[in-house]
Amino acid sequence: MDKDQIRRAVTRIAHEIIEANKGTDDLCLIGIRTRGVALAERINKSIEEIEGAALPMGILDITLYRDDLTRIDTNPVVRETSIDFDIHDKKIVLVDDVLYTGRTIRSALNAINDYGRPAKIQLAVLIDRGHRELPIKADYVGKNIPTAKNENVKVTMSETDDKEDQVTVKRGKTS
Amino acid sequence: MSKWTHRHLVDLHDLSREDIEMIFESANSFREVNTRDVKKVPTLRGKSVICLFFEPSTRTRVSFELAAKRLSADTINISGSSSSLTKGETILDTAKNLEAMNVDLLIVRHPVAGIPRVLADNCKAGIINGGDGMRAHPSQALLDMYTIQERFGKIDGLHVGIVGDILHSRVARSNIVGLLKMGAKVSVCGPATLMPPGIESYGVDVVESVDDLIKEVDVLMLLRLQKERQKQKYLASVNEYSTVWGVNEKRLEAAKKEILIMHPGPTNRGVELSGDVADGGHSVILNQVTNGIAIRMAILYLLSTVRDEGLVSTQ
Repeated sequence: MDKDQIRRAVTRIAHEIIEANKGTDDLCLIGIRTRGVALAERINKSIEEIEGAALPMGILDITLYRDDLTRIDTNPVVRETSIDFDIHDKKIVLVDDVLYTGRTIRSALNAINDYGRPAKIQLAVLIDRGHRELPIKADYVGKNIPTAKNENVKVTMSETDDKEDQVTVKRGKTS
Repeated sequence: MSKWTHRHLVDLHDLSREDIEMIFESANSFREVNTRDVKKVPTLRGKSVICLFFEPSTRTRVSFELAAKRLSADTINISGSSSSLTKGETILDTAKNLEAMNVDLLIVRHPVAGIPRVLADNCKAGIINGGDGMRAHPSQALLDMYTIQERFGKIDGLHVGIVGDILHSRVARSNIVGLLKMGAKVSVCGPATLMPPGIESYGVDVVESVDDLIKEVDVLMLLRLQKERQKQKYLASVNEYSTVWGVNEKRLEAAKKEILIMHPGPTNRGVELSGDVADGGHSVILNQVTNGIAIRMAILYLLSTVRDEGLVSTQ
């Protein structure tokens, strides 16, 4: 996926979010660190261009909710979560770059639960690569990329990687 | 990215500047957890943390216990007077027995310097020094430095003055070690009887008068006058101490505008500092307490998620 394809996917997701929710009332975005945040910002900018107003946006770090803290080989750096609006009875669109096992989303759902009780949570991802290990499904998908488990999906974004936007699939160790 | 490699926290001598920055970075996110309605995350679910305290403590013990509970660890408190040590068991045996119950972390406070180090060298459980004798109090120094960093955005290049009973103060020793490591300049000041000989070898200046010190520093750390140790006639009287070394509004007039007043607690109002200074705009004494929980959550998190490979010894 190149820069233009990513841009078009983001614009389409923005349109789909507005359409599915019949406008932007009570809607807010929460990006999962790190690339989910950059992606959520882009979707939000697109929504602002279409509807004239941006949505409230939060940032979620799921480290504290991971189910593999004692299994992965380095202890991950915990970074800040910032959700400075009341999520009670809001419609939340959770945003991440790649949907894979679904475990990150499971952690994110648990985390959001600790902040309040939203009316609804939806999920937007740039890439769905399959291999779910939990019953989780995305509501908005930029692109479905069928992969093997030993392949690695690498998303680079200009905000986070200092490189041009790109999605590549490489053979090798799964991340 | 730097990697956390320590299983124990015994003394700030063992940590690098990068380690300390990593603790601060983790503490930023834990500070956010402490402001939520639900002040709890599932991170240390299933871990057991024991506070083994052989000296009185309110702040440190409650702070560690709350930190562990907010990370969903199970906590137990043991105080010296209610433990088997009164029946003659050695502290190492006590620790080994607790370890045999698969405890993950032991937080130890003891009047004898060096006890946490002995435990760290002999136990598989993680050992956190909650204060040993006059030697070290690493979690207090970390929360003090974190509070300074929060206010100034940095520690490097700041001038910190520590005033009072330097001789008996593990808080002072740990702060000196940590602050110098982080690039601050440190000056100490206090009665000659309470100034350890050779303190300059730590790399600090000794300033004779509080009034001279106040003019120079960005941060003024006041130490508790340990009244329980004053039977040995270190001082003519507590009144004299407060007149010569106590900080009040009048003395503070000569200070820099943005000076921070810190105190590890418990404060003796009217001795080290006057009530109006303790409650005044420069005082961050209660911020220190608030930050203490975030810092201790960061310590518990990092120590309990450390990996077996690539470990370095505590020395």
